[in-house]
Amino acid sequence: MALKSSPALLGMLSRISQRAFSTSRALTSKPVTVRDALNQAIDEEMERDDKVFVLGEEVAQYDGAYKVTRGLWKKYGDRRVIDTPITEIGFAGIAVGAAFAGLKPVCEFMTFNFSMQAIDHIINSAAKTFYMSAGGVPVPIVFRGPNGAASGVAAQHSQCFAAWYSHCPGLKVIMPYSSEDAKGLLKAAIRDPDPVVFLEDEIMYGVQFPMSDEALSSDFVLPIGKAKIEREGRHITVVCAGRATDTALQAANELAGKGIECEVINLRSIRPLDFDTIASSIARTHHLITVEQGWPQSGIGAEICARVMESPVFFELDAPVWRVTGADVPMPYARSLEALALPRPNDVVSAVASVLSNRIAGEASN
Amino acid sequence: MMARALRNGVTFLRFNARRSTRLFSTHTRPEIENGIRIAEFPGAKAPYVTELNVLNEKTYDPIPIYRVLDKNGNVLISSEEPNIDKDTLLNMYKTMIQLYQMDKILYESQRQGRISFYMTNYGEEGIHVGSAAALSPEDLVFAQYRETGVLLYRGMTVTELVNQCYGNHEDSGKGRHMPVHYGSKQHNIVTISSPLATQMPQAVGAAYAYKRQPANERCVICYFGEGAASEGDAFAALNFAATLECPVILFCRNNGYAISTPSSEQYRGDGIASRGPALGLQTIRVDGTDALAVYNAVRRARELALQNKPVLIEAMAYRVGHHSTSDDSTAYRPAEEINKWTTEESPINKLRLYLERKGIWDAESDKAFAKEARNSVVRSMQEAERKQKPHWKEMFEDVYYDMPPSLQKQMKQMEEHLKKYNEKYPMNQFQPE
Repeated sequence: MALKSSPALLGMLSRISQRAFSTSRALTSKPVTVRDALNQAIDEEMERDDKVFVLGEEVAQYDGAYKVTRGLWKKYGDRRVIDTPITEIGFAGIAVGAAFAGLKPVCEFMTFNFSMQAIDHIINSAAKTFYMSAGGVPVPIVFRGPNGAASGVAAQHSQCFAAWYSHCPGLKVIMPYSSEDAKGLLKAAIRDPDPVVFLEDEIMYGVQFPMSDEALSSDFVLPIGKAKIEREGRHITVVCAGRATDTALQAANELAGKGIECEVINLRSIRPLDFDTIASSIARTHHLITVEQGWPQSGIGAEICARVMESPVFFELDAPVWRVTGADVPMPYARSLEALALPRPNDVVSAVASVLSNRIAGEASN
Repeated sequence: MMARALRNGVTFLRFNARRSTRLFSTHTRPEIENGIRIAEFPGAKAPYVTELNVLNEKTYDPIPIYRVLDKNGNVLISSEEPNIDKDTLLNMYKTMIQLYQMDKILYESQRQGRISFYMTNYGEEGIHVGSAAALSPEDLVFAQYRETGVLLYRGMTVTELVNQCYGNHEDSGKGRHMPVHYGSKQHNIVTISSPLATQMPQAVGAAYAYKRQPANERCVICYFGEGAASEGDAFAALNFAATLECPVILFCRNNGYAISTPSSEQYRGDGIASRGPALGLQTIRVDGTDALAVYNAVRRARELALQNKPVLIEAMAYRVGHHSTSDDSTAYRPAEEINKWTTEESPINKLRLYLERKGIWDAESDKAFAKEARNSVVRSMQEAERKQKPHWKEMFEDVYYDMPPSLQKQMKQMEEHLKKYNEKYPMNQFQPE
């Protein structure tokens, strides 16, 4: 972590923290970072259920590469917080086997980029064993860790896996945005009897969000499969998840100054996807764009477009849907190009402007 | 790779503080044993030498193969003869025969197009019954796909196994898996997973769950082939079994072939067993054609495993049959080679001769039981073919613990569709509600 905290990253973090404060609604409650919210969630669930345990690389004495598991090893010891050798295929398999035998593992990938080594265990074993055992062997497991682009770590460490994992029936895929999301959804994921892929964001770890007393209590659990309307608006629906929610909210702020009111929907859960919330919003705004950090082809935005086309809400649209996505390229290492390869608030602003003026431009939206 | 570098950085930073104190203490009190200085690296405590040695697979003697019986079923050293009661011995032998008969008939049924796939167990029957008899029925089994004898020995019936192969409504797997991918919660057998070697780290994980239980009396056995041992999963499993100190027996069936690839092309060291000591595992190499030797090996391994000392067993055998019904092995190996293993080194013959010598079995009972075993398979097969398929609603179940609304909706649509067009579908082939 220390190695990754370049001045540029710290600058970005402080910028996002300021933004987060300015866009959030309830300012009365206590500010908590996403990292601490995740830590609280794991701690409370470990406290609540002895079957819950954490395993992964550097999760114990080192407190996690990104300090999400801080203090857990001290509190729960070697039996429940396990540092593993550097073998994703190994510890993902260990976690799946432990879930077969009745435990509830929280399996940390140092980043989801490394989960590719273990994807067979996630797809072929975790996602399918309940079905293949005819309902005999449930696999209550959470695979979690930072997903998507961080900053300056180039093509092999900057990808979003939301579309990859949400492709597979049997898995649930969650992508939190705020501290409240992080805590309430991670607790729900740990309690869920199905395997859950929990996609966090390295940049968001240090960002503070206000958390209400309710959200801070140990009973706070959010439902999986329900989106959250982060901001109400009547002109256009903007669907996003994870860090893209921050991008969308910034754009919405800017557009509000121009008299355009965006309804920003934070999906929270990619699978199951809360299409009802999207559809009823479209019925009010008659316009839709999607914002995500992943690539355009076969992405989350593509899925939402397809579902709109296949449903009666298609007839509510006054203009074609646009997707704002990560650029369709391996992530450039050059800082200037990297910034351009991810959706920026300005890209969202121009996409909204284009859709509202029903301009179907020849150029792609980033 | 960037991340690896980052991780090394992380680890390095963590160890740096500790290492400096360690280096300091080593510096002031150098460890000397018999006049040779022992290095105190965190990664190895070993003597320093001034001669440069290069090691290879011939530096060490090959790991010897433990056996109890010779090829005529004689006990080689009486002290090694296991004390197994008559009923258990007969059960072991009968399971071998039952398995052999089932393999013959189901293999043929695949050739006739009655089932889509099958895998025989010929030549490895001794491994199955020897290991199964040495375990407790409570021990959890992670099988690969060629351990059907273990399942039979545990008490799964021919009918249950045949129902799985036919995927009818009495298949406890609801007809969702390829044939021979059995599983039984009741018998502590985890449903077989098709991707090779995934069961290995999973078995270690399950063993870890057992280890956490107070006064644990259960261990996990994980079977795999010497070909599967080349998968990354296998290394991960062996290493994690050692580092997590799990009650697990990792049982390699080295049958000489991975589909068509001979073991000489699979690895260059001394088989799979040599990897055990290298990773800090208790290790045994045993003659897999000798059911009694396998029994002794697994019994000892189980004792060790329950002390949280994980064990690697390599049972040497020969895959007499083809890999699966998708394979014709005469294309890559001579018939004479196969003959040797079906006659003088046959696990079934060895145990039969031993039982006959003990006076608890004879040619007549052998003939009668083979017939009975054959008939029970034929009967099960004829019945399995006539049984209905699972209820159509089953295809929506068990994707998630609670059926999501999207699937509920689809199921309802199908229900309405079937109400309307009932006569267009062969509804009588499916279980009614």
